[in-house]
Amino acid sequence: MSNNTVEFRWHGRGGQGAKTACMFLAEAAFNSGKDVQGFPEYGPERMGAPITAYNRIADDHCRVHSNIYYPDYVIVVDETLLHTVDVAKGLKDDGALIVNTQKSADEIRPLVMGGYSGRIVTVDAKRISEAALGKYFPNTPMLAAAVKVSGIIPQDDFIKDMEESYRHKFARKPHIVEGNMKALKATLEEV
Amino acid sequence: MTLRKTKASEINEKCTWQELTLGAEIYEPATSRLVNTGEWRVDRPVFHPDKCKQCLLCFPYCPDSSIPVADGKRQDFDYMHCKGCGICAKVCPFQAISMVKEGE
Amino acid sequence: MPKRERRSGNEAVAEAMRQINPDVVGAFPITPSTEIPQYFSSYVANGDVDTEFIAVESEHSSMSTCIGASAAGARAMTATSSCGLAYMWELLYVAASDRLPIVMSVVNRALSGPININNDHSDSMGARDSGWIQMYAEDNQEAYDNLIQSVLIAEKCRLPVMACQDGFITSHGVANIEILEDDKVKEFVGEYEPENYLLKHDNPLAVGPYGISPYYMEIKREQAQAMKDAMPVILEVGREFEKMTGREYRFFEEYMMDDADVALVVIGSSAGTGKEAVDMLRAEGKKVGLIKLRVFRPFPRRPLAAAMCKVKAVAIMDKAESFSNSGGPMFAEARSSLYDLPDKPYCINYIYGLGGRDIRVDDFYDIYNDLFEIIEQDDPGDVYRYLGVRDSRYEEEEQRMIKETYHPGAAREYGIDKEKYEV
Repeated sequence: MSNNTVEFRWHGRGGQGAKTACMFLAEAAFNSGKDVQGFPEYGPERMGAPITAYNRIADDHCRVHSNIYYPDYVIVVDETLLHTVDVAKGLKDDGALIVNTQKSADEIRPLVMGGYSGRIVTVDAKRISEAALGKYFPNTPMLAAAVKVSGIIPQDDFIKDMEESYRHKFARKPHIVEGNMKALKATLEEV
Repeated sequence: MTLRKTKASEINEKCTWQELTLGAEIYEPATSRLVNTGEWRVDRPVFHPDKCKQCLLCFPYCPDSSIPVADGKRQDFDYMHCKGCGICAKVCPFQAISMVKEGE
Repeated sequence: MPKRERRSGNEAVAEAMRQINPDVVGAFPITPSTEIPQYFSSYVANGDVDTEFIAVESEHSSMSTCIGASAAGARAMTATSSCGLAYMWELLYVAASDRLPIVMSVVNRALSGPININNDHSDSMGARDSGWIQMYAEDNQEAYDNLIQSVLIAEKCRLPVMACQDGFITSHGVANIEILEDDKVKEFVGEYEPENYLLKHDNPLAVGPYGISPYYMEIKREQAQAMKDAMPVILEVGREFEKMTGREYRFFEEYMMDDADVALVVIGSSAGTGKEAVDMLRAEGKKVGLIKLRVFRPFPRRPLAAAMCKVKAVAIMDKAESFSNSGGPMFAEARSSLYDLPDKPYCINYIYGLGGRDIRVDDFYDIYNDLFEIIEQDDPGDVYRYLGVRDSRYEEEEQRMIKETYHPGAAREYGIDKEKYEV
């Protein structure tokens, strides 16, 4: 892989917004001038099935089109996947595993199927999104965590960019824009 | 410069591939009129204009469109396409059509 | 100014269609091409295009719609994949033999069975004898660029064109792309002005007649000529497109071929992955190259043979099986192109990627090493090979499974055993 390519892998269940978060990351990185890839991997097409999504973010053109086997960062949007899917498979030792959970990193570590010796970051996306949006939507906090931990995009640019994105996508629901921005900023501070 | 035939009447089994039309397109309408399909007729209809009242019942019954109509009046049979089925003779209320053996 | 954008392959193709603004689109959904008519129908609903959009009841009907519309004098387009393409099979032959410049996006997906929605080239390869011009894209930019060029190529050649991209990999993968200005695309494709068409008042036309044996073969000979004559047209349109965009499009792309000892010939998104392996091996001092084939129909046999003869051993990659017991479709044609030449390279075939089976940088790395081995042994071994299939004859550790330990792109050193690849 070209030296400056950073690879992300997202694990979630269909319907939780893991694919959407992956696409938002691609968009945010694109807007900051990077060359990006954002692509999903589909298994059986039903709600609740484990899904995987990938990002490659680089300064040069990403021309590899295979799946990602040695990601730098893995984001787990649903912690019940930890004991059914080998989420840390191939994850680089100097990378990070970002998990949506109320537990601490030390409590999570033994639960990771296949084990992982690198950095584990936990994000209580439930608490953050419920406080900001009144509903459980894990993808915005997880997206913010991915950006903060990887440092792939300068924070201020990211915040500005996401605000514009949300305004565009939720043009008729300003409270959703506000809520998402709150969740985003809260996560950036906590992580 | 093109060798291609454009008229249906010029197309025959001696034409080379350069002479035939692209995609076998045909550039004129109603080229079926050129083809003689009446040659295997066994019985032949004969038109008796003196008995004909021009009721025009026969012409829509003809399955081969072989009764031409002009100025609102039926003309003599189109023997290039008539197959001698005899339906017209059957439906004519005025015996203005009779069937004879081909060759008589 | 062209815009720096991010689009999935499907979004890019739908956008190209919007800019082309065809007269008629008849379409039926099938994963993974569904999004093309889906996004396009939004353009229709919003009044961004003037297209008559006909949501038909099957893919056979979508091609029927295109044939009728094109014969009538309209610019007609559609999109499909896999079984959808198979469903319109009989009409593909009709569209080509009636010499109609229909442009169709094919988002490559495996044919059933087993039922599989992922990428391989079995669908478009299965249609290779239908008389359609076939082009493949490595990524979303090429999918977009090819579609725009297809319109001109089809109309100049009077042959329908299939513009292909890999399902999910390219079609659903969002990546950077340069989108041209609307008026530039409009100017490039121009208007469709056929000399003869069904709706022309002064010369009524019959299309698709019956042709008895004394005529059929001459009509087909003319069709074969049209495919031959398409070769310079494809290059000419590519040159015009290059003037507009700076991006070069020919029959294939040669990557690091000039001083290469071994090479691969590959179609589609895997070529990008392959180029990464080329760079890695070059950094190790190994002289390797890659040929990415863009145009499969007409098959560019002479230029491709010339390019392949630059090396001593070449691996032809097939993402489809023809069950010929002799190798895949690309292999048959590429190898045949070498037959008459006095000095030809060793030529082997790898069937890979069926049903979306992933192909990785490491796999390409291993293939190049196989090729060096062949040169050293002076023996190609069995030329018809499979890549990435679990096989009981081999110990589990030796199988090409995902590696457990982290190697930054380096292949395992395994002794190549010729028998391993016998099928």
